[in-house]
Amino acid sequence: MNTQWETVIGLEIHTQLATQSKIFSGASTAYGAEPNTQACAVDLGLPGVLPVLNEDAVRKAVTFGLAIEAEIAPRSVFARKNYFYPDLPKGYQISQMDLPIVGKGHLDIEVDGETKRIGVTRAHLEEDAGKSLHENFHGLSGIDLNRAGTPLLEIVSEPDMRSAQEAVAYMRKLHELVRYLEICDGNMQEGSFRCDANVSVRPVGQAEFGTRVEIKNINSFKFVEKAINHEVERQIDLIESGGKIIQETRLYDANKDETRSMRSKEEANDYRYFPDPDLLPVVVGEDFKAQIYASLPELPDAKKQRFHSEYHLDNEAAGILTSSRALADYFEAVTKQSGCEAKLCANWVNGELAAALNKANLEITESPISPAQLSGLLVRISDNTISGKIAKQVFEALWQNPDSNADAIIDAQGLRQITDTGAIEAVIDAIIAANGKQVEQYRGGNDKVFGFFVGQVMKAMQGKANPAEVNKMLMAKLKG
Amino acid sequence: MSLTAEDVNKIAHLARLGIDSQDVGSYTKDLSGMLALMAKMGEVNTDGVEPMAHPLDQVQRLRADVVTESNQREHFQAIAPKVEDGLYLVPKVIE
Repeated sequence: MNTQWETVIGLEIHTQLATQSKIFSGASTAYGAEPNTQACAVDLGLPGVLPVLNEDAVRKAVTFGLAIEAEIAPRSVFARKNYFYPDLPKGYQISQMDLPIVGKGHLDIEVDGETKRIGVTRAHLEEDAGKSLHENFHGLSGIDLNRAGTPLLEIVSEPDMRSAQEAVAYMRKLHELVRYLEICDGNMQEGSFRCDANVSVRPVGQAEFGTRVEIKNINSFKFVEKAINHEVERQIDLIESGGKIIQETRLYDANKDETRSMRSKEEANDYRYFPDPDLLPVVVGEDFKAQIYASLPELPDAKKQRFHSEYHLDNEAAGILTSSRALADYFEAVTKQSGCEAKLCANWVNGELAAALNKANLEITESPISPAQLSGLLVRISDNTISGKIAKQVFEALWQNPDSNADAIIDAQGLRQITDTGAIEAVIDAIIAANGKQVEQYRGGNDKVFGFFVGQVMKAMQGKANPAEVNKMLMAKLKG
Repeated sequence: MSLTAEDVNKIAHLARLGIDSQDVGSYTKDLSGMLALMAKMGEVNTDGVEPMAHPLDQVQRLRADVVTESNQREHFQAIAPKVEDGLYLVPKVIE
């Protein structure tokens, strides 16, 4: 068989909205509390309780909708999704079905330099379930309902992605966006950003979609790519060997790098949605919307574009710097405070600083070196007080002594660059005199020896000579 | 629309209701009767009428995002059949 297959992927992403309290109760949503200490009567589904909707959850959902240029439903409705599981005490999850708060929108992703628009079908508000623990309870399951009632925004994409790579790009873009908007902390370890993927394959050129399989709970960018690639391979193998794909839910096992069947959807899927009589329709007025629209931050795409035009940074540097709001702010603080060339600032933020943070496993917000401190260093590179090489040494020292500053380190360690031509000249003369053989080689046409002389001069001057000056003078002297 | 005994058993299972097999016949008849009434209502032309989500003609009130509940775990767990280490214990469920 020589059928060419096309992959079709849609993603459902659950983002936990960063509210203080739950979507329908006044219990705290803080992560990591003792089991069931943040599960109140409403979260437990005790008789007689009523849900009251959290305004901030609505605000955050609308913020997201506006950022993806989606229609915001003027009137949206909560529905009950009925199923039985012990971590869902009411026997139903409050969600939205026919009238979600956020309608059609879109997100642009970039893969291999090409921009592609991915449709967002909808985004709806719902409550999270609790957590079941199956170990060590003498054959019973332990239930922690702290997470029950935590507000989620489920963001459903169109089946617009055609490769695992595109799916990862979309997921990253969304992750970046929700953190920009500060509606979700994006912490994947704590489950604040979770992804399910709907995957199918079809022969290239076929209009209708193949039978899709849902892969549940793939909670890292790496696993999404692996899980999808694995599932695509499984589906193609199955079809090519005469089998049929059944619509089902599969779980990705990262250890074995495979997906396995979780449950067949036919029965489980009968959720019998109906409007929740405990909640009235939610109306989002024009005022509320306008107020949120006015407070939207500059979004990643616009910021990247601006970094490109305002600072003349290339696509890659601008992309990295705008990957998080905190990083972009850091960079802008450095350019502003130092007054140095933007490219120099970008190189240091994306280079030395990023590497050091990465090594220490720190976020930009936790950087021991502040924008002011880095600015102090860059100013001394720009005014030729120190060379780029010495600057790395100063950076090291700053990293170790976060209370210090570049000038103090330069003075204390005597790192000031020597631009006094007389001093440099004396050293060059001495080195030329001591290395007659190399001088002869150079004059005989071996240009490579030039590097040897530069090295010798720099060594003799402990790296403090101005490299441009050294090059210029050496060149003149060696010519004879 | 008319239901079968099989439909009734399925609905009962989904709702986790235990019904006596001798009652299935009467449930089937009653429920079919209700659906027939729904079907009759369905004949009314509702073009241009916005579907009603709630009988009260009001909109949802919102509460400020403030933590107002304190920890009352001991209180709630006093009425739970089984607890351990702060967790509610239930018969094992793994799908």
